[in-house]
Amino acid sequence: MAAEGGHGPKTSGEYITHHLQNLQVCKNETGDWVWNQCAGNMGAINVDSMFWSVFLGVTFCFLFWRVARKSSTEKPTKFQAAMEIIVEMVDASVKDTFHGTSRLIAPLALTVFVWVFLMNLMDLIPVDWIPMASAAIGIEYMKVVPTTDVNVTFGMSIAVFILILIYTHMAKGPFALVKDLMLHPIVPSFKGPAIIAAPFIMAFNLVLEVVALVAKPISLSLRLFGNMFAGELIFILIALIGWFQLPLHFGWAVFHVLIVTLQAFIFMMLTIVYLSLASETH
Amino acid sequence: MDINATLFGQTIAMVVFVWFCMKYIWPPILSALEERQQQIEEGLAAADKSQEALVAAEAQADEIISEARQQATGILDQAHSRANEIVAEGKDAGVKERERQLTAAMAEIEQETNKAREELRGQVSAIAIASAEKILKREIDGTTHEDILGKLAQEI
Repeated sequence: MAAEGGHGPKTSGEYITHHLQNLQVCKNETGDWVWNQCAGNMGAINVDSMFWSVFLGVTFCFLFWRVARKSSTEKPTKFQAAMEIIVEMVDASVKDTFHGTSRLIAPLALTVFVWVFLMNLMDLIPVDWIPMASAAIGIEYMKVVPTTDVNVTFGMSIAVFILILIYTHMAKGPFALVKDLMLHPIVPSFKGPAIIAAPFIMAFNLVLEVVALVAKPISLSLRLFGNMFAGELIFILIALIGWFQLPLHFGWAVFHVLIVTLQAFIFMMLTIVYLSLASETH
Repeated sequence: MDINATLFGQTIAMVVFVWFCMKYIWPPILSALEERQQQIEEGLAAADKSQEALVAAEAQADEIISEARQQATGILDQAHSRANEIVAEGKDAGVKERERQLTAAMAEIEQETNKAREELRGQVSAIAIASAEKILKREIDGTTHEDILGKLAQEI
């Protein structure tokens, strides 16, 4: 974990490290479930990230489900109208970018947008409130912004990556992915003596394209993670400076509202773009 | 910042939430939206149609009004000419009546004059005879000279 954060007095360093530490649970070598002794353990689960992300996902589902259940054509409530604005925004983005027909992609975009937005929004809760409250009831660590956990953003981008593979497969047939990877960007020739060069070209293409393919989910998740982690870190640093933090905190929070929304939107938009690229037939 | 099992937990959570959204959230909201869009579209079309109808009705009303105005003008003209006619007729009748009365009066006057003249003649002749009698009482007998006296009276 980020033990190198903060070179100030020892207490400041401890404060920052404490704030960046997830609440973890894992099985140790003896087979017992232990809390917060999981450095380097691949089987560990960040309980706080999971809790908040699932909590916010359920919040999203509940809010929109309530609207969907009672949605009336005649006289929408203000809340319904607000939710419909979001739905229409997502729907317009999907229709602008994705030209195929898919029943999955629009709900996926909506879920991604609202869920990521809510998870990012946790950043605006003052950094000490929830950790102190949880410390008071005996929970040592509590990291409340799930998107500052690289596991969370990777988890989502891996789902998107799998969807990219599925969409490529569905749109272009079983071997299309391999063909896509090996026949682009340099088109190998299979005629005449050039056929000798073809395997090398294809191998070269494969390396390039695999890197490009894998870069998609990695960049998708690291962009979100990096932005939110940096924002969170600056909130923690601002929180260190005592009473004078208030104007600074306010200024950064106002700026962060922009980042929160923008990152959620970018994540949604890129998801749509990647899937539309995958399902495009040349 | 280690990669650990949280990653798979998050992937599973995402799959569940996306499935839920696809199944229970997106279709009803979108169908409600589309239905409302259609209703608004229909409403606007209806409004356009009624607007057109209103314009047509206004044109029709204008036409009717101008027709009525024309009719009124015609009636007014007719009435004017009729009034003129009546006045002219009255004038004519008056002129005729005056002439008639005038002639009647003239005739009466003449009649009266004649009557007066006869009377006067009678009286004058009587006076003449009386005076002649008085003069001739001594000389002439009235009867013998009656023819002369009659001629005299005629000449007056």
